[in-house]
Amino acid sequence: MRPELKKFKGFTLKKLPEYEGFAPGHRACQGCGTVLPLRLALKALGPNTIAVSATGCMEIISSPFPYTSWKIPWIHVAFENAASVASGIEAAIKILRKKGKIRSKQKINIVVFAGDGATFDIGLQFLSGALERGHDFIYICLDNEAYMNTGVQRSAATPYGAHTTTSPAGTLIKGQTTWKKNLMGIVVAHNIPYAATASPAYPTDLMNKVKKAALVNGPAFIHVFSPCPTGWGCKGEDSILLAKLAVETKVFPLYEVIDGKYIVKRITKPKPVEEYLKLQRRFRHLTAEQIEYIQKRVDEEYEKLIKLAECFAPED
Amino acid sequence: MPKDQGLVSWKDLAPGMYILEPGNSVKFKTGDWRAYRPVLDKEKCIKCGMCYIFCPDLCYKKDEEGYFIVDLYYCKGCGICAANCPKGAITMVLEEA
Amino acid sequence: MGKKIAKEVSIAIADAVAQCKVDVISAYPITPQTHIVEHLAELVNNGELDAEYIPVESEHAAMSACIGASAAGARTFTSTASQGLLLMYENLFIASALRLPIVMVIANRSISAPISIWNDHSDVMTIRDSGWIQTFAENGQEAVDLIYHAYKVAEKTLLPVAVNIDGFTLSHVIEPIELLDQDLVDKHIPPLRMKYKLDPKKPVSIGAIGIPEIYTEAKKAQDEALKASYKIIINAWRQFEKISGRKYQSVETYEMKDAEVALIIMGSLAETAMNAVDYLRRKGKKVGLIRFRLWRPFPLRDFIRSIGKVKALGVVDRAVSHCSTGGPVGIEVRSALYQSNKRPKVVNFIAGLSGRDVTKEDFIELFEKTYEALSKRPKVSYEIYGVKE
Repeated sequence: MRPELKKFKGFTLKKLPEYEGFAPGHRACQGCGTVLPLRLALKALGPNTIAVSATGCMEIISSPFPYTSWKIPWIHVAFENAASVASGIEAAIKILRKKGKIRSKQKINIVVFAGDGATFDIGLQFLSGALERGHDFIYICLDNEAYMNTGVQRSAATPYGAHTTTSPAGTLIKGQTTWKKNLMGIVVAHNIPYAATASPAYPTDLMNKVKKAALVNGPAFIHVFSPCPTGWGCKGEDSILLAKLAVETKVFPLYEVIDGKYIVKRITKPKPVEEYLKLQRRFRHLTAEQIEYIQKRVDEEYEKLIKLAECFAPED
Repeated sequence: MPKDQGLVSWKDLAPGMYILEPGNSVKFKTGDWRAYRPVLDKEKCIKCGMCYIFCPDLCYKKDEEGYFIVDLYYCKGCGICAANCPKGAITMVLEEA
Repeated sequence: MGKKIAKEVSIAIADAVAQCKVDVISAYPITPQTHIVEHLAELVNNGELDAEYIPVESEHAAMSACIGASAAGARTFTSTASQGLLLMYENLFIASALRLPIVMVIANRSISAPISIWNDHSDVMTIRDSGWIQTFAENGQEAVDLIYHAYKVAEKTLLPVAVNIDGFTLSHVIEPIELLDQDLVDKHIPPLRMKYKLDPKKPVSIGAIGIPEIYTEAKKAQDEALKASYKIIINAWRQFEKISGRKYQSVETYEMKDAEVALIIMGSLAETAMNAVDYLRRKGKKVGLIRFRLWRPFPLRDFIRSIGKVKALGVVDRAVSHCSTGGPVGIEVRSALYQSNKRPKVVNFIAGLSGRDVTKEDFIELFEKTYEALSKRPKVSYEIYGVKE
């Protein structure tokens, strides 16, 4: 067990930090399931945090001049390079501290908030570089499974079969034809200290993972399942329900990889994927074959994960 | 004179157009977005705080008695609080015109 | 005063950057800048330079990391050329608009296609609109002096500075170079102090949306800042002259006092052109040379003053602006002249592309062609000189 994590005491529903790093008055859609995990992450990190945003929904809704919802220092540069900007900030803080120009001894968390478009597609190189160089920062991918800010175009994170404007459910080709890119696999291959998946339906679990990510020395990555009522075609009030169903149907399993060791939350009584799919208009065109294929792949991917957890289990 | 002119003079902008007041979005009212408003039945409420945790718009604050009260200045009426209240203590009510 | 030591210009530049006590170096290799970033890596790894060295995975990441580091209050450095400069293009505009005092050395190299590693100015001519302060060095000493100048100016104006050196013909040559004494550097360049930066003690939001109601004002503010930097740039050169004895001006002139015909050139080819001027002067021709040292902000008044009473100007560009009304410098020179009362004839040549040698004889021919313009107006906006038909 990593020494930094040995002393870790988790948050519980009864023991939540009161701190909020994000302010109301932001322009997110009603029921946005992406801004909620962002808010919870900042809650877990506390005020000694610098945030970097990639271009995307979360950046747009939080910084319409002259208003900002960020109560902590925040920078937005471009679409793909949030990880590199964070690398620069991390290096700066490190050297300024060494040269005695930052007197406080408290750790300053550096966190990146980037969407799936910015992470899976255009920003993959930058993420890989930052992870490989071992900067001490946290990369949180808020995955709402498409380029939502520009109007719901497909990304590599768009699930198989989903209707988006650039993978529409047409008469010939029905929705996204490829399976969601295995980003966690790519991230874990960089041998970073901490990687995890999280869902806002499990708020204390999410916040604990963010806190652990902040405690480890080195790069940490969290893949957050982020419902988007506007883009997925579901009711705003269903965001949390969907975030829960995704886990319960094994579509989005919750797990951590700490120094290459897998800890997977087992789903003993999984629900059929159809229960998750039927609540979203982006899946309403799916044929029975497509749903069968999705169920099969979801089961396979989950089995692979379980096998990884058995092969690479933590010693304790 | 052109019809459109800026919000502030260019001389009053911070260099780089930085926003110097952190969290000043609190000045912006999103409450007029909503069509429905959450109404709390205190009898059913067990003060668990799920509404507070799940609100994407940070609308809930604990009062002196421990109840979580919604701030209607920001509430967009999404209904997440009502949908996730374990005791069904919150009902979404149509806003009057 | 320091001692002149024979050094490869790239190494001297790296030494000057180290003397400026840079905090964060963000480095990606590209010919012909590699020796600069290599030497900096050596200095860091040998404990001679206390800095964070980020070996980024692309030039776009290099400039991104510089932006992050600079926004957090660190003194930063990076270097690139050609394709690398083009790859980081979007970040250049962002760095300037976000008012970050980044210093970058561009080892000028031609751009693809065809791929070429040799020297011309096509890379830097693509960033004229970026809002960066841009200066040009003609020899190794100037390159080093412009580094000291760059940090002083960048941090006073809160604008990024690009120092241009000719790839290979400057970066890889060994010249006698004198570095300033360290205590003079420390006095000339005080520690970086940024009023607004990424600091949890005083949070700011950097990079908000420029809605239509504010974008114009933001650009005006940026434009005025670049305009105001002119005075700071000139003052910094005046202060530098006091400590080094070397004088720098925004527009350098050579034998312009009574010149009738002059060539305009930038970078290391200027020294060859000066030999041509000397030769023609001995023949009794009243010729002169004008060189832009400061390219952005464009020193309009200094330039107009520098041309004196010339009757014809030959602009020697080292980059092509396909089917425009001239090469990049030609376009700007014509535009500058039009805003004055002076109307010398202007001829525009594009020479020295991709490291092609421009000799003293070539410059003599270019002077002769400029003389011809006195009687016959050129048929074309610009001529690619020396092309094999």
